[in-house]
Amino acid sequence: MQDLLTNSLNGYIFLASILFTIGILGILIRKNIIIIFMSIELMLNAVNLLMTAFSVHHNNSDGQVFVLFIMAVAAAEVTIGLAILVMIYRNTGSVNIDELKKMKW
Amino acid sequence: MDKFIFLFLAAVAILSALSVIFAKSPVYSVLSLIITFFAMAGHFVLLNAQFLAIVNIIVYAGAIMVLFLFVIMLLNLNKESEPQKPFYIKLVACIAGGLLLITLVGATRGSITVNGDALMATNNAIDIGSVEKIGQELFTNFLIPFEISSVLFLSAMIGAVMLGKKDLKHT
Repeated sequence: MQDLLTNSLNGYIFLASILFTIGILGILIRKNIIIIFMSIELMLNAVNLLMTAFSVHHNNSDGQVFVLFIMAVAAAEVTIGLAILVMIYRNTGSVNIDELKKMKW
Repeated sequence: MDKFIFLFLAAVAILSALSVIFAKSPVYSVLSLIITFFAMAGHFVLLNAQFLAIVNIIVYAGAIMVLFLFVIMLLNLNKESEPQKPFYIKLVACIAGGLLLITLVGATRGSITVNGDALMATNNAIDIGSVEKIGQELFTNFLIPFEISSVLFLSAMIGAVMLGKKDLKHT
């Protein structure tokens, strides 16, 4: 534990792993589609943080440009996802993800 | 001093992230997620990535979270209409998440040993995340992806408008 935190980059790796795991956990334990979207955002942010940490570590700004692109894709994804969500709510009357099991085998 | 700020921001980020997935009401989840994004912006400032810190606040905490709040208030969600999973699924999910965390930490720890203390210690890393440097990179090496992302935004906008229409047959 101590050497995870004394080394700065390892600290960032540790933090990003925890945040990513929290995002996975949110997807697994919640049924609300909006919370699942938020968990995806959390995971994207964990990856962004790790990418920035490595970019600073290697003294190369390519990683930060990629973080910018990840943010752009995340914004587009949230727009489309929330539009789909509103449509699902209009058709089924709930935001429960278990309502959408018509394609389940 | 940097160490204490890092630990404080990490604690804030983790606690508010946990509050995102365990809060009963979706509105509280959104507000916790905003706190998480501000902690992330603090981490970016700590890493000397000023541009990303500002963009993180503007795009995530400003735009995306307002969109989430609008949708939640539009759908009129509250604590009573919140679906819950049974307890054993939550238990299994927590075990699976813990195993994933152990795997991630175990796979990555010790892999960064060379120049591990270079982070935050190098003085020439100051201008890596500045607006000038990022802008130069964006408009020289990454020009084509930058332009393609604008096409992506246009298609996302058109897609959102098309999905939001009431009935497409009669229009």
